[in-house]
Amino acid sequence: MKILFLFIQILLLIAIAPFLSGLIKKIKNTLRMRKGASVFQPYYNLQKLFGKEEVISENTSWIFRITPFIVMGCVVLTIPLLPLFGLAVSLNYMGDFLLIIFILALGRFFLALAGLDAASAFGGMGSSREMFISALVEPVALLAVFAVSLNAGSTSLQAISNFHVMKLSSFIAVISLFIVTIVETSRLPIDNQETHLELTMIHEAMVLEYSGRSLALLEWASYIKQVIFFTILSIITMPFGSANIFIYFIKIAAMCLIIAVIEILTAKMRLFRVVDFLSFSLFLSVTALIISSIGL
Amino acid sequence: MGYFKTGLSMLIDPLSLFFLFVIAIVSLPSAIYSIGYLKGEYSRAKTALAWVLLVGFVASMVLVVTVSNAFVFLIVWELMSLVSYFLVTFDNKHEKSVMAGTIYMIMTHIGTAFITAAFLIMFKYSNSFDFTAFKLGCQAMPGHVKDIVFLFLLIGFGTKAGIVPLHIWLPYAHPQAPSHISSIMSGVMIKTAIYGLLRFVIFILGINAIWWGNIILILASISCLVGVIYALMEHDLKRLLAYHSVENIGIILLGVGASMVFLKMNMPVLAVFALCAGLYHLVNHAIFKGLLFLCAGSVYKMSQTRNIEKLGGLIKLMPQTALAFLIGSMAISAIIPLNGFISEWLTLQALFLGSINSIGGYKIFMGICAAVLALTGGLAAACFVKAFGITFLGLPRSKKAESSREAPLTMRLGMFFLALLTVVFGLAASIVIKFLVIVSGCATGIGVEKINFTLNNFVLAPQGSTVYLSSPLVALVLVTIIGFIAAGVYFGLGRNKVAVNKTWDCGYYNLDSRTEYTATAFSKPFRVAFSFFLLPYRKTKKIRESSYHIKSFRYEVFTTSVFKSYIYEPVIKLIYITAKNLRRFQPGSIHLYLAYIFVTILLLLIFVNRF
Repeated sequence: MKILFLFIQILLLIAIAPFLSGLIKKIKNTLRMRKGASVFQPYYNLQKLFGKEEVISENTSWIFRITPFIVMGCVVLTIPLLPLFGLAVSLNYMGDFLLIIFILALGRFFLALAGLDAASAFGGMGSSREMFISALVEPVALLAVFAVSLNAGSTSLQAISNFHVMKLSSFIAVISLFIVTIVETSRLPIDNQETHLELTMIHEAMVLEYSGRSLALLEWASYIKQVIFFTILSIITMPFGSANIFIYFIKIAAMCLIIAVIEILTAKMRLFRVVDFLSFSLFLSVTALIISSIGL
Repeated sequence: MGYFKTGLSMLIDPLSLFFLFVIAIVSLPSAIYSIGYLKGEYSRAKTALAWVLLVGFVASMVLVVTVSNAFVFLIVWELMSLVSYFLVTFDNKHEKSVMAGTIYMIMTHIGTAFITAAFLIMFKYSNSFDFTAFKLGCQAMPGHVKDIVFLFLLIGFGTKAGIVPLHIWLPYAHPQAPSHISSIMSGVMIKTAIYGLLRFVIFILGINAIWWGNIILILASISCLVGVIYALMEHDLKRLLAYHSVENIGIILLGVGASMVFLKMNMPVLAVFALCAGLYHLVNHAIFKGLLFLCAGSVYKMSQTRNIEKLGGLIKLMPQTALAFLIGSMAISAIIPLNGFISEWLTLQALFLGSINSIGGYKIFMGICAAVLALTGGLAAACFVKAFGITFLGLPRSKKAESSREAPLTMRLGMFFLALLTVVFGLAASIVIKFLVIVSGCATGIGVEKINFTLNNFVLAPQGSTVYLSSPLVALVLVTIIGFIAAGVYFGLGRNKVAVNKTWDCGYYNLDSRTEYTATAFSKPFRVAFSFFLLPYRKTKKIRESSYHIKSFRYEVFTTSVFKSYIYEPVIKLIYITAKNLRRFQPGSIHLYLAYIFVTILLLLIFVNRF
């Protein structure tokens, strides 16, 4: 029975992940007074890509070919670690936020290698930027989650979601984590998912050589990664009712709304300005840690 | 003179056994590897010499970790330094080797001088060089003397370990030795310094004040960051790896330093746990750094270059070496499920647990150390994406790289043995931890019978007096990843239509190796972000055909070594100036020398008469 819930959690999150991206796009278009595509457009895109022939560069090696599967495997693996409807009733204390970061690092490592594999300058550029930004964001994420864990007394996400008090330090940490989420999901102002301009793209540059089924897997994986980060954020900001499917969806939809509003209000940041932006969030994380260490 | 009649007495306790094990698992594959590596590289006499030096080197390290007398320890320590000096200068045709050897010799002797001084102070309180007597003598030692001894030992062993700012010799010496020796030097030799710190500071001296741990934690954090930032800028494959040794020594010392702090805070369980994390990273670093140096050696032997800007595309020419290097890169970047991940995760957990359980400033201090470790991990992953991606992926960037072939069988055997170990030490973490608990209990003098760590679900929660490390997950990780790879192979080969074509070139012309992304370009964002520390500068040169037309453009980027230009060079300059001034007393005139002798005798006579 427990295992069944866990499987439902995994399948449900995989299934709704593209919907959230469609939802964010729809909200953005509505706010911009455009009609825009249907919220189910990501599903149509995936269907189209799965049916297409795949073109692979002659310079690539096996790394390029296995990367989509590894990336997909990693993001799916992190889903059962989230304390949602599945975990609330079953596997207590399995994995913490650190483990999620480490698992996602495996996918990112291969994706960056795949970027370099086709001998294209675009791919290398994307890999370099991706590794740069992810290296800088790691301490920010860690300290923010750590400040929250100090309040809850454990680094386990389960314990954090059971800790129903919103302290000042948690609040500051959440702002910092929000920045982390923006970075990890390649959203504005760090990265722009909608462009293929060499000066601005990060994630899209790495996957530029992919097509067909592999591209579909990578796209889907990035949708799932987005759900994972939204879920973690919602667990920490609104530590109640994660086990209830409806409350969970309302929380996730709220996250989508916030992200969409931010995306239409900001412009893409220059790559080296990102350093300042992340330094600011590091400062927030350290502040959160200091405040939580004095017990607030 | 009775002190010296001890002979070669040995002490083999769990701590020594652990280090013997580390020496064995790296030396054995390196020795097998050297059969293929030395072949065709050197003359017969030189090959024989290489074997003799290898045996001498390993033997001296074995003695370092087993002798039980400080006087003998100094002798074998010096022996280890000398043998490794001969190995660093083994390729004595290169001017670089001689310089690297000289720098190594000077630095290592500065270290030995400090260790000797510390031993002499300890001898004063114990009247014997024996370890047991040392331990007794140190209990009677006043606090401030202990502090001095600790600082001397820290400088002495820190030089060998390559702690920043004493790391200066490491990136010169390690890459210059033959590759199998580089792997032993980086994998094992610098660890004997950690042995020295554990044996003499924690085991014999005993921790006097909490700031000892703080100093080690701060130095370790700085070493981590400095090591990895320099590694990112480095394009010589072996020097890059040498800088990563500085980084990893930092990670090991984070565990050791945290353990010292916990010992002083009277938290024995956490102290044992933190030391376990440090020791686990020590054995892991020995394995994967040994592996990476062996792979780098294969690349060097087969392509005759260590500059990664001239390599590329080797994954198709030497697929097995590439696989081994990939495994090593993943392990050092703390990628799940290999061994580097486990030990870095344990170190982070140790710091977190320390932060949760301590009070006041230590909460923040430990948290910041953990953040430094996280940043280091991210930068190390970036560095190895660069190292592997530029060396093995894409297109070959030079003729030498194009003509590379797979390394001989003996070399591959050595590499695959270590690659296998990275997997084993990643998956069998629960078993390894059980042994490490005994080792760290031995070093810290804490009874470990009641301490019980279980690695189950990858969550750490303090439960009473035991640390509860909750991992069927490793199995889950593997099942999922293998499942997806299997599915990928099935669908990839079976059903999906795949066409092979050229890389997208924006419709201009055929891409070649000159349009690939380079290592310099890859590290550019890091160079800009850390420019306050790296002080980069560039040299550009326009070669003109006429004043209107530029024929070619030369662009070079350099970084400034802060430690070299602001610490070492001023000191060296000062020594030179002093020597120059002292030379005035020695002008070569025999009359003047006679006068010196006369004056000296006169002064002595006066001295003897007066006092």
